[in-house]
Amino acid sequence: MRQRWEESIKVTDILMWLIGAAILALIVSGSIATLAAGRYTSRHWFDFIIFGLAQGSIYALIAMGYTMVYGTLRMINFAHGEVFMSGPYTAYFVAASLNNSGFLDRQPIVSLLIVFIVSMATSTLIAVLLERVAYRPLRNAPRLVPLITAIGASFFLQYTFRGLYGSGFQAYPTVKILESPMVIGGFRILKFQAVVIGAAAFLMISLYTFIQRTRVGKAIRAVSEDKEVATLMGINIDRMIVTTFVIGGMAAGAAGVLYALMFKQVHFFMGFVPGIKAFTAAVLGGIGNIPGAMLGGIFLGLVESVGPSLFLDGLGIVAPYQLKDAIAFTLLVLVLIFRPTGILGERLAIKKA
Amino acid sequence: MAILTARKATKRFGGLVALDELDLEVREHAIHSVIGPNGAGKTTFFNCVTGFYRPEAGEILLDGHSLVGLLPDQIVRLGISRTYQNIRLFPNLTAKENVLVGLHSHLRAGFVGIVLGWPATRQEEKEASEEAQNLLRFVNLSAKDDFLAKNLPYGDQRRLEIARALANRPKLLLLDEPTAGMNPRETQEMMDFIRHLRDELGITILLIEHQMKVVMGISETVTVLDYGEKIAEGTPAEIQNNPQVIEAYLGRRSEVQARSASG
Amino acid sequence: MRQGIKIGLIGGIIEVLLALVGMVEAFSQRYIISDVISMGQTLLLVVAMFTGYLAAKRTNRSEPLWVLANSLISGLIIGGLLSLLVILGSMVRLRAVFINASPDLFKLLTFNQGIGTGILLLLIFGTLSSSLSGLLFLSPSLLRGVLIRSLAGVAMAGLLQDLLRAIFAPWGPIAEINQWFFPINGLTVQGAVSLFILIAAISYFWRKSGSKMKTSLRRLPPTNQRVLRITSSFLLAVILLALPQILGLFLSEVLTIVGLFVLLGLGLNIVVGFAGLLDLGYVAFFAIGAYTVAVLTSPELGFLNLSFWGALPFAIVAGVVSGILLGIPVLKMRGDYLAIATLGFGEIIRILVLSDFLRPWLGGAQGIAKIPRPSIGSVEFATPQQIYYLILAGCLLAGFISWRLRDSRLGRAWMAVREDEDVAQAMGINLVAAKLLAFATGAGFSALSGAIFASKLGSVYPHSFSVMISINILCLIIVGGMGSIPGVIVGAIALVGLPELLREFAEYRLLVYGAALVAMMILRPEGLWPEAKRRQELHREEAPEIESASGAASGK
Repeated sequence: MRQRWEESIKVTDILMWLIGAAILALIVSGSIATLAAGRYTSRHWFDFIIFGLAQGSIYALIAMGYTMVYGTLRMINFAHGEVFMSGPYTAYFVAASLNNSGFLDRQPIVSLLIVFIVSMATSTLIAVLLERVAYRPLRNAPRLVPLITAIGASFFLQYTFRGLYGSGFQAYPTVKILESPMVIGGFRILKFQAVVIGAAAFLMISLYTFIQRTRVGKAIRAVSEDKEVATLMGINIDRMIVTTFVIGGMAAGAAGVLYALMFKQVHFFMGFVPGIKAFTAAVLGGIGNIPGAMLGGIFLGLVESVGPSLFLDGLGIVAPYQLKDAIAFTLLVLVLIFRPTGILGERLAIKKA
Repeated sequence: MAILTARKATKRFGGLVALDELDLEVREHAIHSVIGPNGAGKTTFFNCVTGFYRPEAGEILLDGHSLVGLLPDQIVRLGISRTYQNIRLFPNLTAKENVLVGLHSHLRAGFVGIVLGWPATRQEEKEASEEAQNLLRFVNLSAKDDFLAKNLPYGDQRRLEIARALANRPKLLLLDEPTAGMNPRETQEMMDFIRHLRDELGITILLIEHQMKVVMGISETVTVLDYGEKIAEGTPAEIQNNPQVIEAYLGRRSEVQARSASG
Repeated sequence: MRQGIKIGLIGGIIEVLLALVGMVEAFSQRYIISDVISMGQTLLLVVAMFTGYLAAKRTNRSEPLWVLANSLISGLIIGGLLSLLVILGSMVRLRAVFINASPDLFKLLTFNQGIGTGILLLLIFGTLSSSLSGLLFLSPSLLRGVLIRSLAGVAMAGLLQDLLRAIFAPWGPIAEINQWFFPINGLTVQGAVSLFILIAAISYFWRKSGSKMKTSLRRLPPTNQRVLRITSSFLLAVILLALPQILGLFLSEVLTIVGLFVLLGLGLNIVVGFAGLLDLGYVAFFAIGAYTVAVLTSPELGFLNLSFWGALPFAIVAGVVSGILLGIPVLKMRGDYLAIATLGFGEIIRILVLSDFLRPWLGGAQGIAKIPRPSIGSVEFATPQQIYYLILAGCLLAGFISWRLRDSRLGRAWMAVREDEDVAQAMGINLVAAKLLAFATGAGFSALSGAIFASKLGSVYPHSFSVMISINILCLIIVGGMGSIPGVIVGAIALVGLPELLREFAEYRLLVYGAALVAMMILRPEGLWPEAKRRQELHREEAPEIESASGAASGK
């Protein structure tokens, strides 16, 4: 009897490793086959990488919100994807009216700044409301309760925005100066991709500096480490938790505008998939770990953009780009199984267990 | 004869050595106490015995069989069960269900038998229900069998936790601070109850205690841990006069107070 | 005063949101009482009354005048905020942003009277409705209970008019009475009044002597009780069997959908409600069941061309096996990680099914059609009325299994795992076995539901299996009461049946679901129909834990 149970555990472990090894083998053989076939030129690969970087830095910005909220509250803010959606969707109306009046063409930079501010403000507002209405009353509830609440809030927000703004896709106005390509070292980059990468990098660096250097940032980190000790040190926990939502909301709002610049459209459902992907990024980097979330986001963006052509194509899979999301989700599941503390590891993991 | 033996059991958390080559023997039918300042490794030792932690080195044996590497559910089947320092009942199950969960490994009912309601399964369930009721009566809770565990008063919860542990039908029962948070009268009752457990049911008892009155009142052997090491062992009288023990307690008092204030 | 203003503001914002989201207008076509009050207006009214009640309840002082003043103010603020919306709407073209801010909406909000009078009416009605509920709060509890029940009853009758009309239509004299109550759209005024009085009388009687009747029932000798039980279950069986005949075609269709969701809910109830494993990829097993039947039976792909009955066992086995296979990787995960991982699994499966890569086997985005209907002998289960029996059988089977398991060694093991995994293991429960068994059982029910779904529709498409279905099922078991078997049925009727009946509602379904999940978790985590023992507990002592829990460690 005893032997049997013990073996059942071992069997599942071995099975898991076999599956892991099989996936790894598929990836390697697929990549080799693709590279050997030489279907893609270095131009292609460069484009994939730039696209991946741009996409990944958007994920990274959203992931900051997940990771910071997880750090302070130990909960997955499932509705963070909707925080991300609310900003650019609201700012769309500002952008459209700026475009109609011709101001966008005359003063593109000022206009973009306005759009950014509106988007970030809306996302922040939604994030703070979310915390106040849905999460704060449940601060000490069993762990599943806030998660279920977050799922509910996520759908509530999606369909509220659908009701408010309509269910169709709205085409974001194009910023003309960002459409032309530019050439760096013999490679062509679309300007808006460069702007997305640059802006995201700037935001991430400034947020990181804020958290590392300022008093508020240190207080937030203290709350993540140990709430009780932080209270004893005179830190107002509630205020710090709200601050993490504010920062997460701002990052998500900014990411939303970048997303809209890249894909030129907004929709009430646009937050769902990027939300889960950004969560994947946060887990990849070790949830609760801020630089980890940034790296995780960029890594995920790259894998998603390079992966289908690199290893799925080589395996002879038809229309590999359809499976782009499947790659991201597989990565998510694999990380959760094999390395739940993430690539960079998480100091918090030990204490939690 | 020793029922539980630990030989050079060692458990580390990162750089911290929580158990340092601990040797410990618990005689059959004994009431054996483990004492020591906060952080001395008492609960860590319990966790190693019950399979929550796996010691990095050394051996822990029950009746000569090694426990190291077994899972908690396997160890409880071998006859060790425990209670927890901060009561861990199943809060949304009734008192009786809590005890019935304790009987889990002694029941055989499988999926098919349950769904089809085979006579053997029904009979087993009936007997289990009776046994649970008996255990509740034993801890004086039979009138509250359908209360949710979370709604029971503190003392009842402590006793329910013991009833649940007894439902495992243990040879060795590990009690982690059974009198914590009790008033003098309740404490006295608990002491009588523990003695009763040993005398009536023949269960060996290993307990962690902080109240010296309890330790000295009921135990036959006392082991003192400090920094994961055994610093003394003997009868209560011997321990009370052991200079090393007094040192360990007095020498760390200020530190202990500081810690309990912050935690 | 401050409380009144604060609550009034919240209520007012909710009202404005309801208007802007489009619910008020969408619901205005349906009348609760013919030509008197529409469903949209009822919605506004209910929120206003609730706000007034809350404002009254939260008043710090106990003097009736203060209580009344508070609820009055909250109503005034609600009216004020709605008036602001109306004024704003008359000044700017709100519709450029908020697509539902149509002229019709403003007509509705101003009672078709133009801005000036409209605003006056809004203020009056706002104040009136909230101070009415303030009065209600102050009235003795017997009167209050009776009044609230009768009002709710009339509203329900108006809401469910289609259902009632369809049920009573074929019954001769009853249909006549029914005609008197519900002529075309909504209750008649005299119908509403008489219904109100009727319900008031019944609930008054029940409040007075209901408990007496209950105790006298309980005092009956055991043999009589047994007879009573048998008769009532016999009656229930007859009703269940006759239901599609009573309800007619359209409502039977609704019933089959509810039934499929009950089956799904029973499965997820084992996984989430019993074992506490939050599975967000549950729809995957529904898809696996449906696709197994489709692949094995459809001549379109032409693999095996089995009959439905030939394919059904494979579908269930495929569900159970995949439940175990997807369960193994997540064995060591807890809580939220498990939820996300299973969500990932669900999405991976959906994307794979949708892809061109697997198209030769699974049909890609076009799905698989021409799935034969199940039949016994020469009788084919073709119409919803016939398929209902198939689904009923499935639900009864799943319900029976759940019920047997709940009070057994395995059910207790699951609940112990849900409550405290570590301690459960220390009680001798093998976590691997317990969790996999829960996943397998849940997946089996889900696959069964999927199989019936496929043969009912005659075709399967990947988009029938989106994550929304998982959320939908999760929502219904939470609203019904986690771990409660009757709760699943109540939840399915409330969250699946009602939206099907109220077509206007369909668009706002997920909005309401989301709000319901949040509200349930905060206000009533045990659900509408909690497990029997939990309900007993709640009646025994109003559990003080919620209040003591919040604020304890929040650092105040």
